[in-house]
Amino acid sequence: MSGANETNKAKVYISRDMASVALGADDVARAFADAGCDVVRTGSRGLFNIEPLVEVETAQGRIGYGPVCADDVTTVLDGSHANRLGKVEELPFFASQQRFTFALCGVIDPVSLDDYAANGGWNGLMLARSMAPQQVVDAVKASGLRGRGGAGFPTGIKWQTVHDAPAGDKYVVCNADEGDSGTFADRMLMEGDPYCLIEGMAIAAYAVGAHHGYIYTRSEYPFAIDTMKEAIRRSAHIIAPFTLEVRDGAGAYVCGEETALLESIEGKRGQVRAKPPLPALEGLFGMPTVINNVLSIAAVPFILSKGAEAYANVGFGRSRGTMPVQIAGNVKNGGLYEIGFGITLGELVMDIGGGTESGRPVRAVQVGGPLGAYFPPEMFHLPFDYEEFAKAGGLIGHAGITVFDDTVDMAHMARFAMEFCAAESCGKCTPCRIGSTRGVEVMDRIIAARDEQTAETASLGGGAGYLAKALYSRSPSRIDTGIEAQTQLLRDLADTMKFGSLCALGGFTPYPVLSALDYFPEDFGAPGTDNAPHKEAAE
Amino acid sequence: MDEVIEAWTTRYGATRDQLLPMLHAIQEEAGYVDDALVPVIAKALNISRADVHGVITFYHDFRRTPPGKHMVKICRAESCQSRGGAKIEAAAAQRLGVAMGETRADGQISLEAVYCLGLCATGPNAMVDGRPISRVDEKVLDRIAQEVAA
Repeated sequence: MSGANETNKAKVYISRDMASVALGADDVARAFADAGCDVVRTGSRGLFNIEPLVEVETAQGRIGYGPVCADDVTTVLDGSHANRLGKVEELPFFASQQRFTFALCGVIDPVSLDDYAANGGWNGLMLARSMAPQQVVDAVKASGLRGRGGAGFPTGIKWQTVHDAPAGDKYVVCNADEGDSGTFADRMLMEGDPYCLIEGMAIAAYAVGAHHGYIYTRSEYPFAIDTMKEAIRRSAHIIAPFTLEVRDGAGAYVCGEETALLESIEGKRGQVRAKPPLPALEGLFGMPTVINNVLSIAAVPFILSKGAEAYANVGFGRSRGTMPVQIAGNVKNGGLYEIGFGITLGELVMDIGGGTESGRPVRAVQVGGPLGAYFPPEMFHLPFDYEEFAKAGGLIGHAGITVFDDTVDMAHMARFAMEFCAAESCGKCTPCRIGSTRGVEVMDRIIAARDEQTAETASLGGGAGYLAKALYSRSPSRIDTGIEAQTQLLRDLADTMKFGSLCALGGFTPYPVLSALDYFPEDFGAPGTDNAPHKEAAE
Repeated sequence: MDEVIEAWTTRYGATRDQLLPMLHAIQEEAGYVDDALVPVIAKALNISRADVHGVITFYHDFRRTPPGKHMVKICRAESCQSRGGAKIEAAAAQRLGVAMGETRADGQISLEAVYCLGLCATGPNAMVDGRPISRVDEKVLDRIAQEVAA
C-alpha cells in the first residue's frame, strides 16, 4: 500500500454481524487490515443491501462505502469508490428512524467496555441502583413498555408480580430464542450491543430481587452466543453481585414459548407447561421468574436513563415507545428499522423497504413470523399497533415482516405453516400435535384437487381427484375430497387448533393458514376464481 | 467420552440442568451423542436413561449417528422461500449428491434443513461448517460443492 497509509494509519469500521459476515465482511476486514488500516469491528447498522459496509474515519466524520469487496481497499481509502454513501446516519433509511434501543448498534465495538461507557452506557443501571426497587418497577410501568416477544403483556406488571412474590430465590430469564423467520433484531442487538442487554438484565434483577439470570439463545446464532459470553465475562464486575449465564438452545422452535424455555433450561424436553401457575410466581426451578424478550429488556436502560416519559411519548394508542421492525424477505431495502408504533404497514414495505427486490409486484406480506397472518397490499393502511393488528386478524409478533412477490403460491405457504407446526410441535397437546399433521394432509388434498382442476380444464383429460383420493388410506369413496368440503374441514381444524391448543404454536398456526385462505382464495382453487394465476409467473 | 462427562460434572456440578450443556459439549467433541453414552450420562446426573433419551430425541440439534465430514445447512423458512429458497434447496441436493436430511454414503457431506439463521433480508442462506453464507445462487453452490469435496 501507499506510504501515506503507513505513516497516517486510516481508521475503518467494519461490521462483524453474522449477516455482514455472510456477505463477505471478514474478507473485507482482512484486506483493510493487511493494507495497514486500524480496523474496528462493530455490529451492523442494519441495512443489508449496503453490506459489507466500510466506514472510514475522516475529519468530516465517518464516511460509509458499501457494498464493498476485498479488492476495493485502494478506492475506498482514496474516496473514489463508486459506492460512496456519505455519512451513514444521514441516509434516508437511518435519518427517519427513532433509535432508542439500537442507538449504539453498528456504531461501537460491541465488546468494548470503554466504548459503551463513553456513550452513556450503565447510566440506567447506576440510576436504578440509586432508587428503591419499587421505583424502578414504577418507571417501567410508566413507560408503557409491553412485551416485545409478541404477546404485548405490560412488562412493568410482570415485574411487579415477581417483585411482590415472597421467595428467597428469584430469577431473571431473557428469551433470546428468536426462531421466527423474518426476525433478526435480537441477534443484531446481542452481536452489536450486548452490554445494553446485560444492563437491562441487571436492572430487572435489581428491581425484582433476583441474583442470577439466564440468557437462552438459539444454537443457530453462534455469533450472538460468543459475543454475549465475552461481554458477560468482561462486565461481570459491573453487574455484580448479579450473575448471568448464556444457555444454548438445541434447535427446538417451541422453546421460544416461555414455559418450554424454562423447561429447557432445567434440562428437560422443551414441553409447554399449562398456565397457571404463571412463571412470575412459579417459574424457573419453581421460583418466581421474570421472563422477557431481548427487546423488552434492552429497552429498559433507555427508559431508566432518559426517563419513562421520553419513551412513552412515542407510540400509538396503547402501544408505547419504539419497535425495532425487521423488513425481510423479497425486499429491496431489507434491514432493521426502529420506529415509534403507528407507522403503517404500507410505509414500511413500500416507502422504507422499497418494494420487492425482484421488481415484481408485492402480493403478500407475513407479519410476525411463522405464526403471523399473511396480508395483501389492500391491508397496507394498517398502523403498526398491537390492537389494530389483532382487530385485523393478525399479530405483530416480534415485528418481522416477510415480503413476497406475485410468484408466491399461498396454498403452499399455508401448507408450510402446517408442516412447520408439525415439525416443531412439542407434542404435549393434541390439537397441535395431531392437528398440524392432519392440516398438512388437508392442504395436500386441496392443492392436488386444485391442480387436477387446472389440468382438467387445460387438457380435459385425467381422472379427476384421483391423486386427492389416493391420499386416503381407507375408504376413499366415503370421503368428499372436493375443494369445498376440504376447505370446510380446514376451517374446522383451524378452529380446533386455535381454541384448543396449550400455547401459541398450535394456537396461532391458523393465522397464516386462514389469512392465506381468506385473502387469496384463488390459490386454494375456490370456485369462480382463476385457480392457476401464477404458473407462468413462477417461470 | 466418559472423561468429558466426568470433567463436566466436576466443573459445573451434577444437577439436571447441566444436561443440555453437557450434550452440547459431547456433540462438540465427538460430532454426535452415541447411544452407549446414555446410561453414563444418566448415572452422572442421577436421572433415568429414559429421561436422557427423551431429551436427546426431542431437540433437532442432537444427532445419534456420526455426521458427514462437512455439514451444509440450508434455510427452509419463509423469508428464504420468498427469495427462491426452494429452488436452491433442490439444486443443493442435486449438486452435493445427497438428499435433504441425509449424510452422503461416503460420509463426506451431511445436508440439513435449518429453520432460520436470522439473515432474512439476504437469503437464500446457508451455513457451511459453521460459516454463514448469504445470497446463495447456483454460482455460490458450485463454490460450496468444491469446498466440501476436500
